[in-house]
Amino acid sequence: MSVLQVDVWRGGESGSFQRFEVPRLESQTVLDVVTHIQRVLDPTLSYRFACRVGMCGSCAMTVNGRARWTCRTHVAEVVAGGALEIAPLRNLPVIKDLVTDMREFFDKWAAARGQFRPSASRKDDFARVEPDSPRRQLVDAGIECIGCGVCYAACDVVSWNPEYLGPAALNRAWTLVNDVRDGARDERLAAVAGDAGCHACHTHMSCTERCPKKISPTAAIAGLKRATLGAALKGKA
Amino acid sequence: MNTRTQVYLWAAQRMSAVVLAVCVLVHLGTLIYAVQGGLSATEILGRSRGSAAWAAFYGVFVLAVAVHAPIGLRSVLAEWLGWRGTGLDALVIVVALAIAALGMRALWAVIA
Repeated sequence: MSVLQVDVWRGGESGSFQRFEVPRLESQTVLDVVTHIQRVLDPTLSYRFACRVGMCGSCAMTVNGRARWTCRTHVAEVVAGGALEIAPLRNLPVIKDLVTDMREFFDKWAAARGQFRPSASRKDDFARVEPDSPRRQLVDAGIECIGCGVCYAACDVVSWNPEYLGPAALNRAWTLVNDVRDGARDERLAAVAGDAGCHACHTHMSCTERCPKKISPTAAIAGLKRATLGAALKGKA
Repeated sequence: MNTRTQVYLWAAQRMSAVVLAVCVLVHLGTLIYAVQGGLSATEILGRSRGSAAWAAFYGVFVLAVAVHAPIGLRSVLAEWLGWRGTGLDALVIVVALAIAALGMRALWAVIA
């Protein structure tokens, strides 16, 4: 049986990599490797996971330098010379080992008005949204986000500008801007405009490149740039 | 600086980029054409002096640079040095005015 040489980040903001030797198995995921280390080699290792099937968005880590969802990343896709380097996500404070503090990530969703604000009441009839309508198609393009933070960790603008809302929050805002049932469009566009919002994006497209759900936050941000300019010209942003 | 002004700055930088794309192509094309028979100040000044068309073209070029470059500089300084706020905004206004003044002075020298 071959063996993987796995360097895992230990500590908080300051710390160092610790080397573990993990048996190489067929169809092994990076999350399997981390789980083996915690269950067999060192129970003090901290990491996050829940669903193990790419739905919950909690197991993202930096694997050989790139942010990835570890439950759906096979070792065979990323292993380099029999070695793996596993670190916490970039651009977020490290709590311990592979666990980051996601508060600022989700606080920015709230700051981007990521909550649905209904324009109708429960007394109104159901809204009928045609699946093929252009705005619903724009919603579909971004709605499958699982909030894993991979895009946020991959974004250079976040690392340069800590106030920047980031790709996930802006993508969420764009899905709501295109939701015909939503009643907070102007307020939301005002919240996502300017130096801390969509206009800070440099269109590097790292978020789009790395998103495990194949969403393009870059396209969402481009849409917000146009929509916020339109709102500003109408005196609304 | 309020958010709406930031949005307008973004739009101004993109619109000036469109103008610059055309200006740079015309400028480079003219440059390649102009050096075909050797480069001399007499030839350049013969073409530019008293020409309202070249005055208008390079006037627009200078103004587009004066709009475009300082807005980019504002982002670079904010991201690389973490410098934000009124001081930064004042600096980029000074840079914009300096670029416009120096560019217009250079334009005047070859047009008048």
